[in-house]
Amino acid sequence: MGKRTIIPFGPQHPVLPEPIHLDLVIEDESVLEAIPSIGFIHRGLEKLVEKNEWPEMVYVIERVCGICSFGHGWGYCKSVEGNLGAEIPPRAEYLRTVWHELSRIHSHLLWLGLLADGFGFESLFMHSWRIRETILNIFEETAGGRVIFSVCKVGGVRKDISDEKLKDIVKTLDGIRKETAELTNVFLEDVSVRSRLSGVGALTKQDAEDLCAVGPVARASGILQDVRLDGHGAYPYLDFSPCIETEGDCYARCKVRIRELFQSMDLIEEAVSKIPAGDIEIKLKGNPSGEFVARMEQPRGEAYYYSKGNGSKYLERMRVRTPTNANIPALVKTLQGCDLADVPMLVLTIDPCISCTER
Amino acid sequence: MAERKDLIQDIAAIEASNLLETVSDVKDDGYRLGQICATKTADGIDVLYTFEKDSILKNFRVSVEDREPELHSITAVYWPAFIYENEMRDLFGIAFRNLALDYGGRFFKIAKETPWNPNAVAKRDEDAAKAEDCDAAGDAADADADESAKTRSDEEGKGGEN
Amino acid sequence: MSYVTKSPWIIHYDGSSCNGCDIEVLACLTPMYDAERFGIINTGNPKHADIFLVTGSVNEQNISVVKQIYEQMPEPKIVVAVGICATSGGIFRECYNVKGGVDTVIPVDVYVPGCAARPEAIIDGIVKGLDVLAEKHANMPKSSVSASDAAEEKVKDEDMAIEVRYYGKTAEELDEDIADERVSDAQSVKYYSSSDKDADDSGDKNNGKEEV
Repeated sequence: MGKRTIIPFGPQHPVLPEPIHLDLVIEDESVLEAIPSIGFIHRGLEKLVEKNEWPEMVYVIERVCGICSFGHGWGYCKSVEGNLGAEIPPRAEYLRTVWHELSRIHSHLLWLGLLADGFGFESLFMHSWRIRETILNIFEETAGGRVIFSVCKVGGVRKDISDEKLKDIVKTLDGIRKETAELTNVFLEDVSVRSRLSGVGALTKQDAEDLCAVGPVARASGILQDVRLDGHGAYPYLDFSPCIETEGDCYARCKVRIRELFQSMDLIEEAVSKIPAGDIEIKLKGNPSGEFVARMEQPRGEAYYYSKGNGSKYLERMRVRTPTNANIPALVKTLQGCDLADVPMLVLTIDPCISCTER
Repeated sequence: MAERKDLIQDIAAIEASNLLETVSDVKDDGYRLGQICATKTADGIDVLYTFEKDSILKNFRVSVEDREPELHSITAVYWPAFIYENEMRDLFGIAFRNLALDYGGRFFKIAKETPWNPNAVAKRDEDAAKAEDCDAAGDAADADADESAKTRSDEEGKGGEN
Repeated sequence: MSYVTKSPWIIHYDGSSCNGCDIEVLACLTPMYDAERFGIINTGNPKHADIFLVTGSVNEQNISVVKQIYEQMPEPKIVVAVGICATSGGIFRECYNVKGGVDTVIPVDVYVPGCAARPEAIIDGIVKGLDVLAEKHANMPKSSVSASDAAEEKVKDEDMAIEVRYYGKTAEELDEDIADERVSDAQSVKYYSSSDKDADDSGDKNNGKEEV
């Protein structure tokens, strides 16, 4: 019979970018159980609907998370536009799609870098983030900010991108395609990386369905689930199908995100070739009343945006349910039975965004 | 024209007593749990359950009163619901029966109790005050009983002396 | 400039930040801005760090964490509050769970505003902090006796007594449980082969084996 110890993991830990606390019950280096404890980032920002009018609330909701910030802005705007029954111009939909896919590329490159840092491959982390800076430059040139750029508003977008600039963006993405392929090749083929990722933390398809996993975690276990299939934005006009893998281990999740990275580059190229001319916003009348549930495919998975208005300038309720919130049960399940040394890998492969979870 | 499944909003109001049955039916149909959201209204608390299948959403709304709200947990059907139910317990004060992984109100560990539902705090304070009054009344009654017992023993003593 | 400012190591903690400032802090170390060429390394161990970079505001739960990290850092040390949330609470100042900026808990030396603070601003803030670090080092007491006195003072600090509970039990209760398990382990390995049993009978109780 081995000795059991309880090891506290987090909230401050060299490998964790954000504070999450796990109590790991271990016996001889293998984890029997993991109890998550969150609450370090809970600010209670949903209650700010009482103090901020609905056109301004978008700035608060964008700051739920700095990495998937544009997606939160779009989700909020979509929810309130649904409440108002407003239909925004097609050019605004295309622009939102372009920014959202750029956001996905930068988020996946960021995640690849953190994963590499997590298993000690620091130079790979540096290369990923170096390539990511190109995307941040695009954000700064088109929207004005590097990580939080408030360019989405209820009724459309605040800034336009000229057609030459759009062609420049496609040219830049083509320029980094080759070095991104070399980088991702290391993740997929290198022997030492594969030994850390293959066969670790496998989640079967049935488990993933029972645990209601979302995003790349679900798609890596073979579940066909992607919010971009429901017809919002410019996605119905683009050639899009979700990236699915079947093994369900860390390697499969890594592969799904890498494939999505290149797929986003293709989607942006296609969107730029098809974008129509026209207005980028519409004038809105009245205040939102009634309820609307909107969904968005964030880089980490499916996010819900629920808004309820009562006809006044202040919304009655605004709720964001983020993908990491839905993936925590899956994390708890994959941690059972793994080795202590694999715990950082498993926590990182669900791509935790704890500030999203706790708002 | 592309099909806009995201604009379909299907929200039905159900009774709290039918909650488990409705949720089990929905699970048998192959729906996945989306989210659970509580909203404070003037009359009480509305809890919205969202389920999803093939990009179509199905929503159910349950209304409970806000002084001592209580609902049956759906963790027996959908285990991941414990995340949302623990959060609602911390923020709104809703007590869930048969919650699978219960953090006992210490999920978020916030400084202010049930910040979205001051009525729950008011009810708790009232109950605490009533309990204190009862204790005080009980102490007073005990004190009276002691007094009367003492007086009786004095009288007996005096009678004995006489 | 004293030696302590030549290659300062930083420790970074996310207090209740949205991650915007955190990824800009990490971006400072990556090839575009490359603070590592000055010898600045992001360490995970507070005992090795000179500069404490805090992002995000402070809420009820992370007060003790921020304090603990600060107390574990050796003198001289400085604190740089990165982003407007760490400075004053930012856009979340009025939220029910936000106590305010980091200076409600620990003393801050440099404030770097911004939402999210740009890497150039963060590096600028660190460089300004290095002057403060050099000044603190120059003012430190020279004799070793007063340093150990200061260490004793810190241990007596009542605020640092934090009761840690696992599964609803305190550390003492958990030790008792583990001790009970150890006793049963020792009893179960006492006779693992008949030759050991003979050796035990001859008087050498543990046969050279260590107690578990």
